[in-house]
Amino acid sequence: MNKQAFLAELRKGLSGLPRDDIEERVSFYSEMIDDRMEEGLSESEAVSAIGSVDTIISQITADTPPTKLAGEKEPKKRFGAWETILFILGSPVWLPLLIAAFAVFLSLYVVLWSVIISLWAVFGSLIACAPGGIAAGIGFALGGNGFTGIAMVGAGFVCAGLAIFLFFGCRAATKGIFSLTKKIAPGIKKWFVKKENA
Amino acid sequence: MDIQLKRGMLDACVLAAIKSKDSYGYQIIKELKPYVVLSESTLYTILKRLENAKMLTVRTAEHGGRLRKYYHITELGLKRIEVFKEEWEEIMLIYRFVTREEHEHE
Repeated sequence: MNKQAFLAELRKGLSGLPRDDIEERVSFYSEMIDDRMEEGLSESEAVSAIGSVDTIISQITADTPPTKLAGEKEPKKRFGAWETILFILGSPVWLPLLIAAFAVFLSLYVVLWSVIISLWAVFGSLIACAPGGIAAGIGFALGGNGFTGIAMVGAGFVCAGLAIFLFFGCRAATKGIFSLTKKIAPGIKKWFVKKENA
Repeated sequence: MDIQLKRGMLDACVLAAIKSKDSYGYQIIKELKPYVVLSESTLYTILKRLENAKMLTVRTAEHGGRLRKYYHITELGLKRIEVFKEEWEEIMLIYRFVTREEHEHE
């Protein structure tokens, strides 16, 4: 095998590696062959002194961390100068959009909480209405207004019943929003931390 | 042999080969041949590791109409050789301890 064929085969065998790595290794072996030829070996002798290409390739592949092997297929994307300029020039467009998106997200969250708060407020007023209605009903009954009194007491009981039902609903809704917050919070945190690291 | 121990030894060998004057790949292999047989790919890995650890620097120079890479030891590399010597002092002490009974019987 001559030098060209050896290096071509080596290059082919290392195609999974990053391009810079391949070039560096190929020039390393090329230099090794040249140095042996300089010492008086013929080209084919110098090549065979290096060893078999397949052995070399499998040794290099075994020594290379898998992240580097896989890394070539999806090279780490870095912003070029133009992309950076576009990024900055485009900021009047994407920045307000980003802020708007964030605001929408935040307001949705606030809306969720306000629903919960109003549910609890309804619950509170129902609870307040229950003894209030009963007391007022008794007052009316004692004052001689029997029917109104019974109606008021009834309303008081209805309020108490509704309040009991609503309590379970409110509790479930509150628990729901808490677990939602717990799920979202780490995601947001991760997003920001990642951005800082980048 | 323990892989870490072997790696440390090979690093020291390559550093020692370029200690007195800059050298190139094939020269290093030839110089180490009586002591340790290095394959080209092993040497490449060692040189790369030492370069990344800033124990040597690489320069490319023209030689006989082609380019050749020369390796130059740095302060860190010289320090590494010293550390290697100290480590081996310790290892020799341990060796004497491990084999002391054999010596007693002699």
